[in-house]
Amino acid sequence: MVEKTPILDAFTYIFLTVGIFIVGFPIIYALVAATLPIEAVAKVPMPLIPGDQFWVNMTTAWEKGDLGTQLLNSLIMASGITFGKIAVSMLGAFSIVYFDYRFRTVAFVTVFCTLMLPVEVRILPTYEMAANLFGPLQGLWDTLVPDSVTRWFAGHDIEVRLELSLLDSYPGLILPLVASATCTFLFRQFFLTIPEELCEAAKMDGASAMTFFTKILLPLSRTNIAALVVIEFVYGWNQYLWPLLITTNPKMMTAVIGLQNLIPQADDLPFWNVALAGAIIVMLPPILVVLMMQRWFVKGLVDTEK
Amino acid sequence: MIKRSVFENRMLPYLLILPQVLITAAFFYWPAFQGLGQSMMISDPFGLHTTFVWFDNFFALFRDPLYLRSIGITLVFSTATAMVSISLGLFIATMANRALKFKALIRTLLIWPYAVAPAISGILWLFLLHPSYGIVSLSIKKWFGTAWNPVLNGTDALVMIIMASAWKEVSYNFVFFVAGMQAVPKSLIEAAAMDGASPFRRFRSITLPLLSPTLFFLTVMNIIYAFFETFGVIHTVTQGGPGGATNTMVYKVYQDGFIGLNLGSSSAQSVVLMALIIFITVMQFRYVEKKVQYTG
Repeated sequence: MVEKTPILDAFTYIFLTVGIFIVGFPIIYALVAATLPIEAVAKVPMPLIPGDQFWVNMTTAWEKGDLGTQLLNSLIMASGITFGKIAVSMLGAFSIVYFDYRFRTVAFVTVFCTLMLPVEVRILPTYEMAANLFGPLQGLWDTLVPDSVTRWFAGHDIEVRLELSLLDSYPGLILPLVASATCTFLFRQFFLTIPEELCEAAKMDGASAMTFFTKILLPLSRTNIAALVVIEFVYGWNQYLWPLLITTNPKMMTAVIGLQNLIPQADDLPFWNVALAGAIIVMLPPILVVLMMQRWFVKGLVDTEK
Repeated sequence: MIKRSVFENRMLPYLLILPQVLITAAFFYWPAFQGLGQSMMISDPFGLHTTFVWFDNFFALFRDPLYLRSIGITLVFSTATAMVSISLGLFIATMANRALKFKALIRTLLIWPYAVAPAISGILWLFLLHPSYGIVSLSIKKWFGTAWNPVLNGTDALVMIIMASAWKEVSYNFVFFVAGMQAVPKSLIEAAAMDGASPFRRFRSITLPLLSPTLFFLTVMNIIYAFFETFGVIHTVTQGGPGGATNTMVYKVYQDGFIGLNLGSSSAQSVVLMALIIFITVMQFRYVEKKVQYTG
């Protein structure tokens, strides 16, 4: 800092070490537990020296929890949400910022009203919607086309049922979570800071709107995209309530949900070593993404949320 | 809010915004309005008969001692979670901001819990606080003589989910506080130092006021986090128990709607949550725009 304060500096480093230790302790403890055989984990207190069962526990967790399938599902869901959100909102922001059309303000307001409301506050009706994507159309059909019309048309009573279920499917896991405006907001803010001259020059060179988008806007947004990839991947990977509701088939379950099955219940043997080994496997992918892309992640986080 | 130079095209802008509008309509507006409608209806568990009852579900809700209790639990839980994670985040960020060396390393060591799913954070803390194996609960027993049992004791269970939820959020707050502190002008700090202000005084009179927008923003974000994202913590660790002691408002929506199949009440609860979060958001915009504007 400004002046030399050796005592304060010493305290700073001591407190920081304590802080880092507190933040890291649950994971260190879990790591140790994941290396121990069950007798050692059940011992009171648990030894703090790592054992040699790490691979054994990892393999057990992998097989018992069917982690191969679940991790793949998580990966598909997280990547789908990430790609979907970024693609949809970049195009949306492009439309709002670079075109002047009659319903622009309406589109802007409709999209931005969704900014703060998480899926948790509308779970029941969203679930119904996912259970039958054509539900609203069915309602429309029932009100607009009275039974007498179909009877006259077909000669006998028929029931028109429009149904498309997204339960236990990847689109069902992904689409409802793509409906949020945070990314659109960020891209809009960013597009507004791009100098007008770029667009002018592109137009003078005869570039079409889409050429401008792919050749100029997309490369300029690289940093923002990288940042959002990290944030949305973590968001998608760690989702809980929605995948819990929409998947009933174990083959469609995501890894974060599946871990529940590894936690020892009251009358089980305390297989905490296996449960924690599983937990470590499942938390690793998002942690790696955050650590590898730290620089963009921090920038993106501070930019998006404010 | 619009560029002066724009592209001329009749159909393209509509086509570009269409995916977003479609998805928002299907999975946001339609469910939201459905939810509003459902909150004013009573249906039997099989969905065979539905009666329109105006605001009866809401009246019943606010007369229900279980719901009032869950409001109380939510308030205690979210306030405590926000306070713990914000104060820890601020403290660590202040230290990290002072530490001249190892800045990158320190950040790396502190940032990663952000990526841990709330549900997994719950598992880690359940292990630490387990009544028969957990090292923390055993230490509490040894040092303070009181038995710690989140499986049977409601208060202990609430403390456990607060710790699990706050732990994960510390790194999020840390990132914002560090960013906020880096935006504090060095010249201000130096001028104050020349006037003889101690590091502590400088923190209190310069850094903290300049951080107040960040602080306010984080309070809102942490409360929203505690409301919604901690569903995973509660579901993996306590499932609302013991005896409903950790049944927060969001968890109750799930329990009443999907386990109890009481659709009317569950929807009414969703509407209450929606109103609450809209209120918080509006407050945030008004407050942040008007009051907390120190930075130029």
